[in-house]
Amino acid sequence: MATPSHAGPARVARIQIALVGCNHRTAPVEFRERVAFTPQQALAAADELRRQGMLEEAVVISTCNRSELYGVPADSGVDASQAMESFFTSFHNIPAAELNGRLYRRSDADAVRHLFRVAAGLDSMMLGEAEILGQLRTAYSQALDHGATGPVLNRAFQGALEVGKRIRAETEVGARPMSVALAGVKLAERVFGNLKGHFALILGAGSVAEQVVEHLRNRGIGALRVANRSFDRAADLARRMGGEAVAWDSLESVMGLPDIIVTSVGTTEAVLTRTMLERAISARSGRPVFVVDLGVPRNVAPDAAGLYNLYLYNIDDLGVIVEQNKKAREQEIPRAEALIEDHVAKFEAWRAALEATSIVDDLRDRFHKHRELLIREKLAEMPEVSPEERARIAHITEELIERVLEHPTEKLRHGRGLRGRLAAIEALRHLFGLDEGKD
Amino acid sequence: MNPDRPRESKSLVTHYLSYLSLAVYLASFLCYAWILYAPQALLGRLASVLLAGGIVLQYFALLERSRWIHTVPYNDLFGSMSLFAWLLGVTYLGLEFFHGERTVGAFVTLLLLVWLTLLHLLAPLEVPPAPPARGPLFAFHVTLNTWAYAAFALSFVLSMIYLAQDRVLHSRRLGTPFWRFPALDVLDRMARSSVYVGLAALSAGVVMGLIWQHRLSGTYSLGDPKVIITIAILAAYGAYLKLSRSANWRGVRAARLCVCNFVVVLFSYTIVNLYFTRFHRFF
Repeated sequence: MATPSHAGPARVARIQIALVGCNHRTAPVEFRERVAFTPQQALAAADELRRQGMLEEAVVISTCNRSELYGVPADSGVDASQAMESFFTSFHNIPAAELNGRLYRRSDADAVRHLFRVAAGLDSMMLGEAEILGQLRTAYSQALDHGATGPVLNRAFQGALEVGKRIRAETEVGARPMSVALAGVKLAERVFGNLKGHFALILGAGSVAEQVVEHLRNRGIGALRVANRSFDRAADLARRMGGEAVAWDSLESVMGLPDIIVTSVGTTEAVLTRTMLERAISARSGRPVFVVDLGVPRNVAPDAAGLYNLYLYNIDDLGVIVEQNKKAREQEIPRAEALIEDHVAKFEAWRAALEATSIVDDLRDRFHKHRELLIREKLAEMPEVSPEERARIAHITEELIERVLEHPTEKLRHGRGLRGRLAAIEALRHLFGLDEGKD
Repeated sequence: MNPDRPRESKSLVTHYLSYLSLAVYLASFLCYAWILYAPQALLGRLASVLLAGGIVLQYFALLERSRWIHTVPYNDLFGSMSLFAWLLGVTYLGLEFFHGERTVGAFVTLLLLVWLTLLHLLAPLEVPPAPPARGPLFAFHVTLNTWAYAAFALSFVLSMIYLAQDRVLHSRRLGTPFWRFPALDVLDRMARSSVYVGLAALSAGVVMGLIWQHRLSGTYSLGDPKVIITIAILAAYGAYLKLSRSANWRGVRAARLCVCNFVVVLFSYTIVNLYFTRFHRFF
């Protein structure tokens, strides 16, 4: 009897995503540094998980604030997160007793939601920070180039990058500066616009001054000069940042040049007096001067604040601005979460469509196997049935299966409501025992 | 054949085009306002395209009016104010392109919207009877002067934003829009560019007006209050350009001067036109 084979190629069954990891909220830095992955280790771990057959796809994200392992379990009927957690700890030689609730596990929509929140910076130590999106992109690209990803994680990570970009573009979550150094530089941009072609003078060579210089450099500041009581330190910072060191004694001679002055000098007396700044503005034909005073005690004489075309901000002013910005970012969280839910729903719809196809194929397989078995058994008892009649019976039963499956297929693929479709898929799995191994 | 038919049909076309341009300006305003809140490059470009679309539609509405009265619309309130709004839109779009800055767009398109809505509500939209023929030189004179006033209005808006921005910077209460507004330097440059446009247009317009009047009557009427105040406006904006680069005036003081200058423009456009001058009373 000629019956078509329905074994077919390996298909997508239940699509799962599992996540195991820790972050700054669940684990202290001492623990996080022990479970950090270098880029090579991240790829090696993904390879090992796939080689062991635990995961079909794997991506490891490791930053200073988090180590997370995302995977698509090879066996859809098994909860892989426990095995992933064991792998995670054994990879870093962490005894299970030390875990103490520091690792979290997520699966399916929760894992995707977590990934999207990470991409949006909602799970970061500094809400809305931009760096995480770049780190996520790098981790994903490396895994992709290495062949460690597949359709599911590709879809999830591409969605994460998209949602991360969208949230930063459409909400205030990542818009306002959250550090004193960046706030100072961004305020200078409110006065001068593009900083290319502008001149900055840095007084002091401490760590905060260095942060400001870094931000100025990232924004393409035209020229940079550094002055410090210790000329060597000024020269060192200037050399590292591509600027020029100025002797402290010749400070007055260059005061007429800079558009932006950043002071961070440890001193009890004002470094910049009202007269000095007055002369500087005058030497610039009244062009504005933007001064960021990061020193405590203040480096700029307070009476200079009233000078025409002088924009003066001290550390407290910037602190207040950073605090305002923090609150503004927090107020944007509901909008960001709504965008994330939108994208999670899109991912789930894609997953449901894929699963619907898969479950219908599984059901068809199951029915055909029962049909073949039944026909074989029954026809063995009926030798009088001719080959033509046998072929006809086979054809009719096949058509019967297709007709029975037609309506559920349509409902699963195009039915209204994602939740209803997912529930129907789960019900079919349960009723027909499709998760209990393939026969 | 009914002689009123062509006029009615022209009036209808003007109606439709005017309302359509208003709708497109509204769409442009919404896009500009949205990018202030949540910047998106594509939406910004759409805002500019919509503004350009509104300008084109309004141009055709003005063209229809002009065809009927055989000159630029200046002798009725709706036509002249509509021409002013159109030139304001054109000047802004030019500045936006030149300076590559879209964040002022929300304010300018809002001004356009309010202006045109008030016009539609208060001024009769019907095409007026054709005024006596005064020739192309006169038409250029009117257009250039209206353009100058539109450019000065734009510099006024930009200076007001400058003053508001400066105030916020000094108060240190930095709300969401603050981080989206253009920098003081950009506002200053845009306001100056706008004044340059206004001064060039006004100078050319005044010269054409004087030539036209001389051809007509053989005199220049330099003692007319309208001519005197126009020369005063030229001097005031010239002073602004000079002072805005001087040590003591650069920045806030120059912006305040620009605002004051526009008050003089408004005075010239309204009080002087209506009560003092012997000519320039068109409606």
